[in-house]
This record gives sequence, C-alpha cells and structure tokens, in this order.
Amino acid sequence: MSPWREGIARLRRYPSAVAGLAIIAALIATAVYTVIAIPYPQAQELWRGGERWQELPVNAGPVWADRLLGGDAPRTLTASSAAAETVEEAAYDGVRLNRTVLAVDYPYTEFPSEVTLFLEADFEQRRPFVRMRWRTPDGEVIPLGARRVGEQGRVSISQDRGLESRLGRAPQVGLFAEPGPAGTEERPEARPGRYELILETVHFERTSQLAAELVVYGQVHGLLGTDHERRDLAVALLWGTPVALAFGLLAAVGTTVTTLVIAAAGVWYGGWVDALIQRLTEINMILPLLPILVMVGTLYSTSIWLMLGVVVVLGIFSAGIKMYRAMLLPLREAGYIEAARAYGASNPRIILRYMVPRILPVLLPTFVTLIPTYVFLEASLAVLGLGDPVLPTWGKVLHDAQAQSALYHGHYYWVLEPAALLMLTGLGFAMLGFALDRVFNPRLRSV
Amino acid sequence: MSPRPAQAAAPGEPLLAARDLQTHFELRRWGFLRTGSVRAVDGVDLTLDAGEAAAVVGESGCGKSSLARTLLGLHRPTGGEARFEGQPLARLRGAALKAYRARVGYVQQDPYGALPPFMDVRRALEEPLIVHGVAPRAERERRIEAALEEVGLAPAGEVWGKYPHQLSGGQQQRVVIARALILRPRMILADEPVSMLDASVRVEILELLRRIQREHRLALLYITHDLSTVRHYTDRVLVMYGGRIVEQAPVEALLERPQHPYAEALLAALADPDPANARRERPVPGGEPPSLAAPPPGCRFHPRCPYAMAGTCDVYDPPALGVGEGHTAACWLRA
Repeated sequence: MSPWREGIARLRRYPSAVAGLAIIAALIATAVYTVIAIPYPQAQELWRGGERWQELPVNAGPVWADRLLGGDAPRTLTASSAAAETVEEAAYDGVRLNRTVLAVDYPYTEFPSEVTLFLEADFEQRRPFVRMRWRTPDGEVIPLGARRVGEQGRVSISQDRGLESRLGRAPQVGLFAEPGPAGTEERPEARPGRYELILETVHFERTSQLAAELVVYGQVHGLLGTDHERRDLAVALLWGTPVALAFGLLAAVGTTVTTLVIAAAGVWYGGWVDALIQRLTEINMILPLLPILVMVGTLYSTSIWLMLGVVVVLGIFSAGIKMYRAMLLPLREAGYIEAARAYGASNPRIILRYMVPRILPVLLPTFVTLIPTYVFLEASLAVLGLGDPVLPTWGKVLHDAQAQSALYHGHYYWVLEPAALLMLTGLGFAMLGFALDRVFNPRLRSV
Repeated sequence: MSPRPAQAAAPGEPLLAARDLQTHFELRRWGFLRTGSVRAVDGVDLTLDAGEAAAVVGESGCGKSSLARTLLGLHRPTGGEARFEGQPLARLRGAALKAYRARVGYVQQDPYGALPPFMDVRRALEEPLIVHGVAPRAERERRIEAALEEVGLAPAGEVWGKYPHQLSGGQQQRVVIARALILRPRMILADEPVSMLDASVRVEILELLRRIQREHRLALLYITHDLSTVRHYTDRVLVMYGGRIVEQAPVEALLERPQHPYAEALLAALADPDPANARRERPVPGGEPPSLAAPPPGCRFHPRCPYAMAGTCDVYDPPALGVGEGHTAACWLRA
C-alpha cells in the first residue's frame, strides 16, 4: 500500500477529518451546482441588478428564520390582469370603458413593506386612462386616484403622499389596517381577507390594451433574503462558493508549489543560488501584503484574478521558503539522491522527483489549512471595498451590508449568512487539515 | 539479463585505471577564504580489470568512500587521473558522463536510505531506465522483472508494488543491487554493502554479488572496513590508509603474508576462530587514524607504526614497492 493510501485509510479514523471532508464536499457540490445552474455571464448580469428584481422586496430576511422565531411576516403576493377577468362595460364612439379587478387574498396580520402597481399599455396615439380604487374585505372603498398610462407605468401606491395624508398613516398600513379611527391602536394589525384593486380603464383606441400587475411586497423572501437593491442574496452567496474555493485553492496551490520548488532548487544548487533566494525571501518577508493589494486595487484594477495574481506573486518568496529549506536540507545528503545522481538523473529531475515528493505528505496539512486563509483574504479585500467589480462574492455581500449599516437596521441575516459560509469554509478545511497533520506529520504521530 | 559484450578498451588495458588520483575538499571561511583542505583521496593508484573483483579495505575516515564517489563521478578529482575504458573521467561531460553512469552500478551502505521511501520497488527500478530513455514501457517492465529475478526476488510480482519499509534489510539491499544492475553496467561499486545488515544476511548478499560479478564478467570494487569479508568474495585486496593505497595483493597473498605494518595490524585484529587465542594480547596499534586535513609528514602510518624508523619514515614518503607477484607495499621496511 502506498504511503498516500495508507494515510487516507488512517484519516477515516478521525471524526473531525470525516466532518471536515463532508463540509468541503458540500461546498464543492454547491459550487458545481451553482456554476452549472447560473453560468458565469448570467451571474454577472444578475448581480448588476435592475428591473429583473423589481418584484422582490427590499432588505427582506429569509422566510425560515422569521418562522423559526415564531413570526408571521408576510411574503410577497401578486395579482396580474392576465389571470383576472376584464369586463368591457361600455363602448361608444371608439371609446371603451374596461373594468378589471385584481384580487389579493391577504392572510397575514402584519403589514406589507410596499404596494406597487405595474402597468403596461399597448396603444398607437392616445394613452389609456386608468382610475384606481381599493376595496377592503369590509367593503370599504378607498379611491387611489387616476392617471394616464404610458408604455411602461409604475404606480408606487405606498409612496403616495396624498394618500398617506388622507389615511393618516403610511398607505401600506392604512390600506390593510383593521377598520377604526387611525392612530388609536398601540400596535396596528392588518386585517386578513380579500383585498381588491379595481381598475377602470378608458381606452381611446379600438385596439389599445392595458396589462396590470399588483405587487404587495412582503417582509421576508426566500431562503436567504434580499439586499438593498432587491437582489436575491442567494445569487451572491451561491456564486461566492465557487469564487471562494477557486481563489483559495489557486492561491494556495500557486504559492505552495512555486515556493516548494524554489526552496528545493535553492537547497540542491546551494551556493549563490541559495543565497539569492534567501535574500529575496528576507526582503519579501518585510513587504506588507495588504497595503500592496490596496494600492494595486486602487491604482490599477480590483479584478479578482489580478488580486489572485498579486497574492501568488508576492507569496512565492514567502516565509514558507525558510521552513521548506529546513525540511529539505537533510535530503541533500540522502542515499537515494546520491544513488539518483550516480545513475545519471538530471538536476531538475532530482528536485522535482526526489526532493519535492519526499516532503509533500508533510506539507499537505499546511496546504489544506492555507486554503481558508486565502478565502478570508479575498473577503477582507472585498470588505475594504476592493472586491471584484462585477463578480458576486461573500466578501462583497458583507461590504454591502456594512455600507448599508445592516446591523444597525436589524438586518442580521445580511451579515450572518456570508459570515456563516466563511466560517463553515474555514472550519471544514481546518478540521481536515488538523487531522491530516496528525496522519502525515511524523512528529505528531505519537502525541 | 544478457551480459554486455566486452568492447572499447584495448586488449591488455585495464577497465579502470587511476594514477595519482586526488580528491581534496577545500575548507573555506565566510564562503571564500581558503583555510586549508581535506585530502580525502591523496594520490591513489589502482587498476581494475574487466571481470575482476577487488576489495578496498581501510578503517573509517581513510577516504575509501570518497574514492568510491570520485570514481562514480560524484566528486570531481582535484588532481591525477582516472580512466574508464581509456577515457579520462574528469573530462566527461553531458551525454558522455551520462553514458558512463549507465556503465557503473552503485550499491550503497544503507539500503533503506538508498531507496526513495515514496516509490514502490517497480518505480524505484524504473527510474534509471527512464533517465536513460529505455522505452517502451513493456521493455522497462521486462528488464525490471529480469533484474529482480537475478537478485533472487522471484517471483517479481510479490515485491513489485511494495515500498521500502515493507521489505527486510536483505530484500532492500537486493533491490538496490537490482537497481545497480538494471542498466547493464560493466562495473559495480559497492560501498560497504553489508555493514548495515544482519550478520545472517551478509553472506547471502556477498555471495549474490560474487555470483552476479562472475556470471556477467563484471568488475567489482568492494569497499569495506572488514577484512574478514574479503576472502571468498574478491580476487585482490587494496589496503587504504590516510587517503592512499598502502598495499595491494592477491587476496590469498595478503591474508597470509601481509607486507605493510598496517595490513598486518588489520589482520591481527580479525576475530580468531580459535577460542584458545581469545584472550591473547594483540599488537593493535594505538592512536587515531591520521587527520586528512593535516596528514603527518613522511609515511602516514609512522605515528602508529611499531617499526617506525626515525629519520626515514617520518621524513620520506615511501613509494609502492614490489614485494611479490602482483603484490606491492608502500613501506620503507620492504626497500
């Protein structure tokens, strides 16, 4: 049995290794699923925001968290004219009067966060005219005004100042409140029941059409909630997984492998090569990584791949070289390397085939625990405002949350979700790394 | 394995010939100031014919391992000359050096250290073949199998996938010997091949080396500190002391009539099978082996020599003097 397979067999006896592997496997599965389900260009497009998110509430927490805490916060409800019946009431002289009722069955006792009516008219010359009325389950009818409708119209009912002053409170509260004098209750409650928005449209052309959609925004959304731009956090948190794993893995591989090979070359050739490598390392060790990254990000570009490149380049002559050198030095005198020279193996072959593989098992734990370090580095950069401009990452979610004072406003989910994912990643790799250390690091084996 | 046809060297010319070979290691301070040198090999003359087995005997620190490494091309000689098949080793470069390395097999002292711990037997034996561009894979596997069979590790399938730590010391050394043979060399350099093995295995390994050497008409240079392992396994003995060869003779002649006081002392120190002699006083010379950084003037052995003649041995360096058929000794007593 090879030392590798033996090690892996031993690894199975450590519960922490199994748990760590399970976490890593789950993360990888998520990453693979995400990349397939939401291709890279689509993810960028989604995260750019805009109209595609207009039917999602702003800063809505996850549904399950609210229900878990015993809440009954409303979800978003919609009613579309496509599903409702439109009755033509009268037609004369080319003018038609249509009546559409958009009904919403509202089961909650808490109020919605917003109420908006989206209108889309199809006409040639003359814009249709629409009058809106609101009917509560008790039959009370509240006029919401009237307006001409352009090709795209949007009536923010909850932003209507006039309505607010008529109702004596915010429209999304007033329209759903229990009947009674405004402002007398300590804590107003919504009245569950069937609410109707009655649209009376006057068309001035024979063929003009009006499509309408009423959106009663909830206070909670989906599994992960939304941010201040109504974007579903699932997009960022899902896409953050492959980005974080790729960044951590590539940075760890890039720095470990180059560092190891350079250290081995220094040890093998010795003399001025070794001296040069050691001096370069010492110079590089006093260069501060984070300020350099901030500088590159500010002056040049904050593309995640550029950051990765800078991290790897600065990581080549890192302190690791000193450690690897100490581990490799005794190998220079090893009998099997002398034998390899005696049968004519070239210098690169000795470095890559005889020196590097000898210490790889010892390095594996370090390597595994290094991965989350780089994941955290990427997140730190994003929090500092140096995140990739187009790619959604966990760090960028944290950055947005911080910029919008999420914790101050009580949007805990916004900070806790990316933080939990970061911690989970760190935990998974750390648990595996520590177990690997026990298995492959001979000095710890007897402990 | 089919023996390689004898070639190249002119008839009568030895396979390996060294004249006044020197390997000095410079001692430096601060990386550039030369403060002296260690004369590990300091004027060695030796010849080795094709198909001949010779032993180099000497105590530790006498420079015998440095001699082996110099002959392997791992150290560049700093003076003198060594020729293999008529070609001077010091001038071999690139492809010619690589070709030389295929023609010399190397068996080391510590078999466990000599095998890469992360390679299985198959891989360890395949390495030299890959380095020397033996293709295709099937040919390599055939040669690995043949080599394993030759060193008595048949069937090859049993050790094929094993790692060094799963083999016994004897098996490991057999694998090392197989690796030394796999490029079909003309000469084997064995540096203390049995000193780290159990006594029970030593004879087996030495007999294996002798058999292989005879079957393939290989030259064998067997380096050892133990004169007792020389008799049945070599034809000729070279006694090394202080970086030089002080006596060389056919094995029987040396064991019966040693001519150099150092060879005599080595022989006297051998375990005597006769229990009656177990408690007898032996004239073992006291003192330390000479420092190779500052060797004594004159004969290197004179500080320890019971017969040292003041005014001669401590002033003049003795040349190798003929004392019999193929028998020379570097000692003023024989002048």
